[in-house]
Amino acid sequence: MTPLTHTTSANTLLDVGNLRVRFKTPDGLVTAVNNLNFTLAQGETLGIVGESGSGKSQTAFALMGLLAKNGLIEGEARFEGSNILSLNDKAMNRIRSKDIAMIFQDPMTSLNPYMKVGQQLMEVLTLHKGMSKANAFDASVKMLDAVKMPEARKRMAMYPHEFSGGMRQRVMIAMALLCQPKLLIADEPTTALDVTVQAQILTLLNELKQDFNTAIVMITHDLGVVAGLCDKVLVMYAGQTMEYGTAEDVFYRPTHPYTQGLLKAIPRLDSEGSTLATIPGNPPNLLNLPTGCPFEARCEFARARCLTETPILNTFVSGQKSACHKSTEGWAV
Amino acid sequence: MLTFISKRILEAIPTLLVLITVSFFLMHSAPGSPFSGERTLPPEVLANINAKYHLDEPVINQFFYYLGGLLQGDLGPSFRYKDFTINELIAQSFPVSAEIGIWSFLVALTIGVGCGVIAALRQNSWIDYSVMGFANLGIVLPNFVLAPLCILVFSIYNQLLPPGGWNGGAWPYLVMPVIAMSTSYIAQIARITRGSMIETMHSNFIRTARAKGLPKHRIIFQHALRPAMLPVISYLGPAFVGIITGSVIVDVYFGTGGIGQHFINGALNRDYSMVMGVTILVGTLTILFNAIVDVLYALIDPKIRY
Amino acid sequence: MITNKDKVQAVEQFAQAVVDIEGRSLWQDARRRFFSNHAAVVSLVILGLITAIALIGPFFSQWQYDDIDWEALSDISVLGHPSMENGHYFGTDTLGRDIFVRTMQGGQISLLVGILGSLVAIVIGTLYGATSGYIGGRVDSVMMRFLEILNSFPFMFFVIILMTLFGRQIFLIFVAIGAISWLDMARIVRGQTLSLKNKEYIEAAYACGVSTPKIILRHIVPNVLGIVVVYATLLVPNMILLESFISFLGLGVQEPMTSWGALISEGAQNMEIAIWQLAWPLGFLVVTLFCFNFLGDGLRDALDPKDR
Repeated sequence: MTPLTHTTSANTLLDVGNLRVRFKTPDGLVTAVNNLNFTLAQGETLGIVGESGSGKSQTAFALMGLLAKNGLIEGEARFEGSNILSLNDKAMNRIRSKDIAMIFQDPMTSLNPYMKVGQQLMEVLTLHKGMSKANAFDASVKMLDAVKMPEARKRMAMYPHEFSGGMRQRVMIAMALLCQPKLLIADEPTTALDVTVQAQILTLLNELKQDFNTAIVMITHDLGVVAGLCDKVLVMYAGQTMEYGTAEDVFYRPTHPYTQGLLKAIPRLDSEGSTLATIPGNPPNLLNLPTGCPFEARCEFARARCLTETPILNTFVSGQKSACHKSTEGWAV
Repeated sequence: MLTFISKRILEAIPTLLVLITVSFFLMHSAPGSPFSGERTLPPEVLANINAKYHLDEPVINQFFYYLGGLLQGDLGPSFRYKDFTINELIAQSFPVSAEIGIWSFLVALTIGVGCGVIAALRQNSWIDYSVMGFANLGIVLPNFVLAPLCILVFSIYNQLLPPGGWNGGAWPYLVMPVIAMSTSYIAQIARITRGSMIETMHSNFIRTARAKGLPKHRIIFQHALRPAMLPVISYLGPAFVGIITGSVIVDVYFGTGGIGQHFINGALNRDYSMVMGVTILVGTLTILFNAIVDVLYALIDPKIRY
Repeated sequence: MITNKDKVQAVEQFAQAVVDIEGRSLWQDARRRFFSNHAAVVSLVILGLITAIALIGPFFSQWQYDDIDWEALSDISVLGHPSMENGHYFGTDTLGRDIFVRTMQGGQISLLVGILGSLVAIVIGTLYGATSGYIGGRVDSVMMRFLEILNSFPFMFFVIILMTLFGRQIFLIFVAIGAISWLDMARIVRGQTLSLKNKEYIEAAYACGVSTPKIILRHIVPNVLGIVVVYATLLVPNMILLESFISFLGLGVQEPMTSWGALISEGAQNMEIAIWQLAWPLGFLVVTLFCFNFLGDGLRDALDPKDR
């Protein structure tokens, strides 16, 4: 596994530094993502985990330049060395889908219901690769085959409403991979799907990742997804990094109480207890973040210091990082 | 597709029959006859006329005579203009109404959709505010208000345009009728377009299109415009009916000599066959147009099966 | 099956209470949103003022709406000019009648037609739509088919036929206008009813054996009221326009009574020499329509915020 250092090595694909996303609202500035740092090497998979409203999706939208009009971005995101956050729309359009592609949460509404699926696939190729219609058609069919779409040729002439949810997500994945992008951002690609379909889609992503050597940022609230697919994991809470490390470290040696809580909350068939473990309480109001640790109110280990002082992201010897006073000071449990 | 169209046409027949029946019996149940208002005719002349027009027979017989004529495309003789048939009068006046109507319709559609789309894409800019301001104003300025205002501004204060007449449809005679007819529909269509365009641009599939790296104009024209047009298309039916109705005002006001004038005169003079003829014509056009709108809708929305 | 009457009543009261609780908070919320919309509030105030002057204005004039000022009649373009001295605040018409009083009287008619016409449309449309939507199935498709047929009728032409044949009676105007306008209302209410139909309290009422008409009247209708109110507000200006249209054609109210449409029609004929005859009624009509549109938009935003 790649070491978790911030020095940009030769095969670093994406380097996000001090990313901050805020939204202007009538009630004031809402901070959705605060001071986010991570790196991604070629072909590597990073899982960003957190509950709803933790800023995962906004991170993805910020990277793609798809934030709502009232969004403000600070910080930088170096993709192959150049900061994509400073690009204008026109320059960004040359990267979108060609180098960085995205899969969305809701396959039911993310495809244009008024256009044939084939047309929606082909326009990516004619736009970015300058392909002729005939070539684009063949390439699209090939890609639909690659995502295991049965009768791909016939399906090209169909409209999205004639597809099931899982099939639509396959179309979305095929669409994202058409130009063989270096980076794929998948925003909860399986949330809206049935459990069995979820498994199929994840297996598919895993295979495609190896076939195309695509780096993936997998955004999810489902730790099971992360375990099966990711090399590195970033745990977000209230727009901030709680823990960041290799998947192995985060799963087997979680240092942050929030990560521990999340892991405990995974329902297990083999466990004796009949009640599900939960983390009590709700995330803080992003409009008015507390001065101390954002997780303080829900943390079972919270002490006086947590209320007044925001913990900084501390790097352990293993390279694992954690933003918690307890893990840095080694409080006894 | 063809079956869908023919089904729509078949469905229109009973509607049309109801329309004919209702308007026929409504006309004939009214007090007074076409010839009662005028100077008293000698009884034998009156009897002759009544016999000629079957007015001496029971109403139900008259209805079947009329229906029989209708099947052969004959709308009957005019009671008012005794030397003309209704067919001749309509053939003479309908092209005028059609020309004004089609122009008004096209103007309303193009300007309305254009303004609506621009306002939606520049939401909350001065363009948006001025388009919406105009739209609000246009809705409260109906054709019968605009018609005199146009004459006042263009013909009386500034002698730019002739205040009325038709003159074979020369454009100076066309401008004011078209302004009077189309303004409130421009306004309505602009409002509808803006609303649905804003909604469409916020939808998830537009976000997907942006993520594909498509340039803005392609997103608007290839992805957004079709779905955004659906509410506008549903409004075209009512707009068409409104424009047809408005032709009555235009005819009365500008003396253009369209079917509206014949209708009003016919109604005032108990000219049964004239009123019937215009009503049937307008009804048929309305039904036809609604069918066209349905077909258009089905063409744009793939979820509708035919 | 035991149909215990008390139980039925208790459950129904409970269902009613649930509706009340939901309803109240909705209306409170809506009221707050409405009053923060300045254009709508100002429109409401202006409409109140217009209604007030239309009702009490005539008492402040020495003229009646059918009085003829013989003196002014001799030279309308000069003596008929608006002036405070001779009491013709808005001038006189070609017959020497006072425009101020006539505009007020016309306003009464126009507003009355607008409001009563909308009421007719609301009552027919709501009941028809709710019945069609709630019963559903074959009844629904037949009722909707009937609507479709009516929709392709050139109704304005029918109204004109009616007016010419059966005389110019104000009652007929209400009926004719109301009868045209309930179609859209019925369709909107039906759509709402379809989504309400599966709500728990409706099912509860059904499970307790409450009769269909009672469910429609007690449970469906109160819950579609919000959208009905909004639509009715937007309907009133349409009604006023329709009446004006008919009056403009000279088929509306009977002389010497008048309405804004009739006044505009008369004024338009003399606009070259006596522009005030057109300007006053036109101004009142346009301002009223404007206000009703803003009011309707404001109410819609207040009651259905997701619509924007």
